[in-house]
Amino acid sequence: MEQILNNLVLSPAWYYTAARGLLVIVVLMSIAAYSVLLERKASAWIQGRIGPNRTSHPVVAWIPFLGTFLMKGGFIQPAADGLKFLFKEDALPGHVRKITYILAPCIALAPALIALVMLPFGELPNGKIITLCPGADVGVLFMFAISSLGVYGIALAGWSANSKYPFLGAVRGSAQLISYELAMGLSVLTVFLATATPQENNALSLVSMVKAQTGAWNVFMHPIAALIFLICIFAEANRHPFDMPESETDLVGGFHTEYGAFKFGLFFVAEYSHMVIGSSLFILMFLGGWHILPWVPTIGTGVVASLLGLAAFFIKLAAFLFFFVWVRWTVPRFRYDQVMRIGWRVLLPVAVANLIVYFLWYALKG
Amino acid sequence: MVTDNKPSLVTINVDGVEHQVAAGANLVDALAKIGKEVPHYCYHPKLPVAGNCRMCLVELGSPLRDRATNEVILENGKPKIGWQPKPAIACATNVSAGLHVRLESPTVKSCREGVTEMILLNHPLDCPICDQAGECKLQEFSAEYGRGYSRYLDEKNAKPKKTKLGPRVTLDDERCILCSRCVRFCNDIAKDPVLGFVNRGSYNTLTCFPGRELNNNYSLNTVDICPVGALTSTDFRFKMRVWFLKKTPSICTESSTGVNTTVWSREGKIYRITPRQNDAVNDTWMPDSGRELYKIVEEDNRLTSAIVKGTRTSLESALNVADAILHQGSLAIVGSGHLSVEEQFFLAQLAKRTGAKTYMPAHRGQNDGLLISEDRTPNFRGALVTGLTDRNADHDLKTLASDIEAGRVSSLLICREDVTRLGLSAAILTKVRTVVISTHADATTSAAEVVIPGLTVFERSGNFINCQFRLQSFAQAIPGPAGVLPDVMILARLAKSETTAVWKTLAEQNPVLASVAQGLISSEGIALDGSAWSHLSFCESKLLKFAPQPKA
Amino acid sequence: MAIKVVQRRPLSLAERTYLPQILAGLKVTWDNLRRPPVTLQYPDERPTIPQGYRGVPTLVRDPHGREKCVSCQLCEFVCPPKAIRITPGEISETAENTHVEKAPKEFEINMLRCIYCGLCQEVCPEEAIWLQSQYSMTGTSRESMVNNKARLYELGGTLPDSHYKWDKKKAEAEKQAGGHH
Repeated sequence: MEQILNNLVLSPAWYYTAARGLLVIVVLMSIAAYSVLLERKASAWIQGRIGPNRTSHPVVAWIPFLGTFLMKGGFIQPAADGLKFLFKEDALPGHVRKITYILAPCIALAPALIALVMLPFGELPNGKIITLCPGADVGVLFMFAISSLGVYGIALAGWSANSKYPFLGAVRGSAQLISYELAMGLSVLTVFLATATPQENNALSLVSMVKAQTGAWNVFMHPIAALIFLICIFAEANRHPFDMPESETDLVGGFHTEYGAFKFGLFFVAEYSHMVIGSSLFILMFLGGWHILPWVPTIGTGVVASLLGLAAFFIKLAAFLFFFVWVRWTVPRFRYDQVMRIGWRVLLPVAVANLIVYFLWYALKG
Repeated sequence: MVTDNKPSLVTINVDGVEHQVAAGANLVDALAKIGKEVPHYCYHPKLPVAGNCRMCLVELGSPLRDRATNEVILENGKPKIGWQPKPAIACATNVSAGLHVRLESPTVKSCREGVTEMILLNHPLDCPICDQAGECKLQEFSAEYGRGYSRYLDEKNAKPKKTKLGPRVTLDDERCILCSRCVRFCNDIAKDPVLGFVNRGSYNTLTCFPGRELNNNYSLNTVDICPVGALTSTDFRFKMRVWFLKKTPSICTESSTGVNTTVWSREGKIYRITPRQNDAVNDTWMPDSGRELYKIVEEDNRLTSAIVKGTRTSLESALNVADAILHQGSLAIVGSGHLSVEEQFFLAQLAKRTGAKTYMPAHRGQNDGLLISEDRTPNFRGALVTGLTDRNADHDLKTLASDIEAGRVSSLLICREDVTRLGLSAAILTKVRTVVISTHADATTSAAEVVIPGLTVFERSGNFINCQFRLQSFAQAIPGPAGVLPDVMILARLAKSETTAVWKTLAEQNPVLASVAQGLISSEGIALDGSAWSHLSFCESKLLKFAPQPKA
Repeated sequence: MAIKVVQRRPLSLAERTYLPQILAGLKVTWDNLRRPPVTLQYPDERPTIPQGYRGVPTLVRDPHGREKCVSCQLCEFVCPPKAIRITPGEISETAENTHVEKAPKEFEINMLRCIYCGLCQEVCPEEAIWLQSQYSMTGTSRESMVNNKARLYELGGTLPDSHYKWDKKKAEAEKQAGGHH
């Protein structure tokens, strides 16, 4: 017993793990926070406005030129937003189911954090994969399983709030997730048919998927699967035009109507985390992962190649997050019946047909 | 004088439509009664006809008759009408059978336009600063019948402005349209001929006789009847535009005449009081002194909270103390002719319950032969009708004083009367436990143990019975001070009675009031049968519309 | 008007996929994104106030510095939200403009009630009340948002007046004062 305790508390590996855990939270939180800034800025630009450009701190403002730039660019804004959520009065409505009400935001955020740990970002010169949890190349099934758990947070929030609008939002969110999970899985299946070698250990590994895209990216090889997957990650992340659980116009605030302060902040971060994970999955599976250009295996060698690869991944991620935002401020929300129709009557049949075509193609090819 | 209550009707033809109107009536009044307006300035139904403004010009005609046979001449099966070649003034025309009138013909229209233009030639058009704006006949008729613009190029005449005609009336001669209503009023109604016109033509000017001023007690009626803003009330001058004011029907409390009035208020503040037409009581007049009575509302010595033994307290606790005092021994009640019929009723009930002796202090003054009677309370007859008293008003309270001195009275309820003026000194009041209900602080309230604040006539509603035994209603014009209950509710509580059934009970108990149901008292009031009290010697002598009953 | 029934055109396959429409929409927002913002940085930059702007209602003086309002209370009457409250008064016998007779003793406009409709300016027979270019009214209490007479004249200043209506009347009266017989 003492031995276990010693191992747990005193071993350097434990500190290492703890530090990495903190890193996950910090990285994810800041990516999510700056996604919010991107959302606010991009929506402002699209609407002919300027966006957040006032928030600053005396210390930052004191820096010549850079201080002004940071203020005008709104770079301090996410910190102000976060602090605001943190320091607001954390009111607990009288009519909620307390335990689940408090638990729901945590349950919404936790899967996002877990999924992020498993994401590969790049490749070291020695062939090792850059990821927050090295050695656990768990593959795409795990990713799907974990990120689908996110809807539990929404369902729980809607149920525990004990009020009709959150409940409706939660029901819509769950239905939407189930409807689009199917098409998403089927679309990915065609890609794995092409890339995975049957006898290999990690047949559904994301790393081997990226490695398989050294030449052509999957988006060119499987355009229909890519399109279906793209639509589905919008739905999975509950982003416009699929933000059924929230639906401000008809459901007040949807599942988080009864939430405020930091608990609302957690839902907020969870939504953007799902965006990050969805984008990463799409990049890894269809946009060549850390490959810089299609049909170009590597640029540079050794550390340079690794760094360029890492940069390529994050540039793609940033571009994809912008795409999320861009779509949100372009396309209005679908009606609930339209969401169901697209999911069941369009995406699912198309995904199945796509799979059958590829089956036949591989069967005929031998 | 028309003695018949139902005047015979005749048929007249107005713009081709036949109407039934009272025979012999003035044409302006007859047309008004059938809903046809004839614009007029100088004509006033209660004044002699002058016919000098020419605004009421109409075309008149009558069926032509054959000179030989006296048969009506027919044309296309209808009587042929002989129209008078020139328009005539309606105010100098009395209705006769077969009269034909044109009110809308081009001639009449151009007559009105012409008269309006002529009257406006020298009118200053200073409506923004004129108090009459909003109730100005010239403003209304110019808008309705005028041409809308002036062709006059010369300078307008300058005439005296801001002339003080008397202590209460200000004259602006530029606005005067020389209708002479004020002159006729002073001559014929007030019998104080001090006004007249000087100069001629455009320079014709209204003025006071040299060395005289318009200072009689009816001078403000000239302001009421002035169709323009020439005569204005000095008291009301520049105080408020009339269109903001709310009109509430009320009764003047100055004397037992019961002059019908209109109280003009805005947001809980009274700005003026004007007469309200009641041909059975005051025609369209009222004395100047009655118009000043609204000032009691904001007097400094107004009581706004209950007082017990010199300290302010809540109304509730004061009423509890008062209740204990009234039921502790032998009670005497000093009622008042300023109480309404309802209040007197509850006071009478209290007297009956407690076996208290009641007193009605008399308030006497000079009769002016018009609208101010000797009895300076509005509702002494109410005390008789409700049974609060059965004798004439008491000129002093010496009996009561000696009763107190002798210890026959141990508690006293005084309503709205300063008994120290009637021989009941403060020293005597201290010998009994006294409850006073009053609106203003005076020697009596300062000597009393319990003082309960009351509301003025403008702040409560009820009914008065005037010297003609005419039951007349007054309505609440403004809200009373915060926390002050209407006297009727206080008295009902002290009498341990309900306010709701007051008129039902009154009608049951009293044959005089049997026909009266509350809420159905018309604006002219209801004449009651006062013969049951003809044995009493009332103090009132002849007034404008009142003559004392000859003693049998 | 006759009602004309228009047959809805059936959607083409491309339209039914909805994707070209989304792409067209994305192009619209992208074009918008590249345009410069139209935002005015308010406290730093101020808008140019056009002629005829209806800002805060004010009271103005004539070029001789005399008050034009005669407290006719028409603005108080016409004011839809009942923001105006006037206490009329008489001009003293000794004042230079005593011939005007009437002036406001107090004039209050409650800017918490005012809806800037401009009816007061339109109805004013003396052209004394004007909605001018002042647009920013702030205060820290309800009382401070009620403009009294002094503040209204301070905001209003002087506007040119070509009529001098009351002065003309006075001049005519003085000319005729010599008598007419």
